[in-house]
Amino acid sequence: MAQSLLKKKKPVMAENKTEAKPTVYDTKKLNLWYGKTHALKDIDLEIQERSVTAIIGPSGCGKSTYIKTLNRMVEMNPEVRTTGEVQYRGRNIFDRNYYVEELRTRVGMVFQKPNPFPKSIFDNVAYGPKIHGIRDKKILKQIVEKSLRGAAIWDEVKDRLNENAYGLSGGQQQRLCIARCLAVEPDVILMDEPTSALDPKSTLKVEELVQDLKKNYSIIIVTHNMQQAARISDKTAFFLNGEVVEYEDTNLIFSNPNDKRTEDYITGRFG
Amino acid sequence: MQYMDLDAVQSRMTKRIFFNRLSKMLFLASAFFGLIVLAVLLYDVVSDSIGWLSIDFLTSLLSTNPDIAGIRGAILGTVWLMVIVGPVTMILGVCTAIYLEEYARPSKFTTFIQTNISNLAGVPSIVFGLLGLTVFVRLFGLGSIVLAGGLTMSLLVLPIVVVASQESIRAVPAHLREASFGMGATKWQTIKNVVLPVALPGIFTGMILAISRAIGETAPLVAIGIPALIIPAPSGIFDRFTALPMQIYYWTIDSVMVQEYAYLAAATIVVLLLILFTLNSIAILIRNKFDRRY
Repeated sequence: MAQSLLKKKKPVMAENKTEAKPTVYDTKKLNLWYGKTHALKDIDLEIQERSVTAIIGPSGCGKSTYIKTLNRMVEMNPEVRTTGEVQYRGRNIFDRNYYVEELRTRVGMVFQKPNPFPKSIFDNVAYGPKIHGIRDKKILKQIVEKSLRGAAIWDEVKDRLNENAYGLSGGQQQRLCIARCLAVEPDVILMDEPTSALDPKSTLKVEELVQDLKKNYSIIIVTHNMQQAARISDKTAFFLNGEVVEYEDTNLIFSNPNDKRTEDYITGRFG
Repeated sequence: MQYMDLDAVQSRMTKRIFFNRLSKMLFLASAFFGLIVLAVLLYDVVSDSIGWLSIDFLTSLLSTNPDIAGIRGAILGTVWLMVIVGPVTMILGVCTAIYLEEYARPSKFTTFIQTNISNLAGVPSIVFGLLGLTVFVRLFGLGSIVLAGGLTMSLLVLPIVVVASQESIRAVPAHLREASFGMGATKWQTIKNVVLPVALPGIFTGMILAISRAIGETAPLVAIGIPALIIPAPSGIFDRFTALPMQIYYWTIDSVMVQEYAYLAAATIVVLLLILFTLNSIAILIRNKFDRRY
């Protein structure tokens, strides 16, 4: 399943300087329409495992649409049509007999606005394991603790697991949502502007957490904050008008972009 | 060049302010009108019922003698009626709402169902009564029993439950559904564990309003042929019965023969109104208590 990134068949990809890691997502000629609007145009992207891939670009460039395609959440909108392929671990996610539930069990998602359930902190984290059939209280307890520790929020909530999650601050709620995501033990974590609703201090905590999580998970993060992309990601894709303009190692794309449009965007000339 | 003549503006000022005050009074009077009518009605009914409304009146069986007549049978009839209406509308109404909101894709068929639910809400209650008479009483051969009355009433109030449930299901924020789907939950798991718990207070409010409507409805019961005088109280859903509004109806029309029946009707109205006010207050309480933002 591991396709080498060094094959270099992608036109937008320059030479790769990092060591090759196995591919987790391989997008081939992906096109997506909302009704008549052509939102994604011939996207080709290979995403490596156990790394942070940032997707940047101005509003309406298709970055959110792309990340929501990776777990097929985009299909919540009945007007959506797609062509092309997205391979997750070598399987086309649009395949007829690939259940979305199966895909989403392996690919977790953290959303723009913290969205805990109106349930207790414990029940929020235990939700995923429960829907997948784990009923044993003891095991659930262990999963909850492990996930909350994994999301660096255990110490803050360990004495109030039975309180409603709405009593937490925005930053804590977002880390709870990350814990809830970890509880299903996913392979990939998709993050759609996870810090855009948070204050700087909470943002920093989430960023540190992302750095920590990439040891065990493949993380794809959409952000409108270029400094954030530069700080936390290994590779960065720049989207514009539904196309991938440039996909490169983060340190390269920010120091020496190939495309004039990328340079204009990261230097703040538009967007 | 100055267009605003300050003197002219000043001379119109009094008039403008007068009309401003007058309009406020008019709107206030309109708002008070309904309240005054209700107060007059309550006063009229309560004053007529004084001396007749007692514990004995609530616990005695029906009789042609106004001095010993009571509404035990009518109260039990209404209770048994609700034993049918509650579960039937809850199950049918909530399931319909879940289908329309969560599963149905926008199509002509969906629009057709949706439109007809609205139409159903506009059908006069006597028509439901005739439907009940034709289908449940005659076709199914049930006769004028609680079950037939309850099923007829259920059809009548079903649209209320469907619409209220639809609204509260629709009000469940999309980001909660997304969170559940994002972890690989199926649609049914998401509905059961996330959507319904959040929508439940709204659904209950709709249920209570539907039940209070059913408690007060008379026309369908007249149509399915509830007799004027039923002495024994019903003890199950297969018994013949009368209900509170029916009792009010018959006592009122018979008061030309026996004048005291009018007071019995007034006392029954007080009982009926108390039940309805209580139910509506519970509905409002539930709505306020669970009116949270997600």
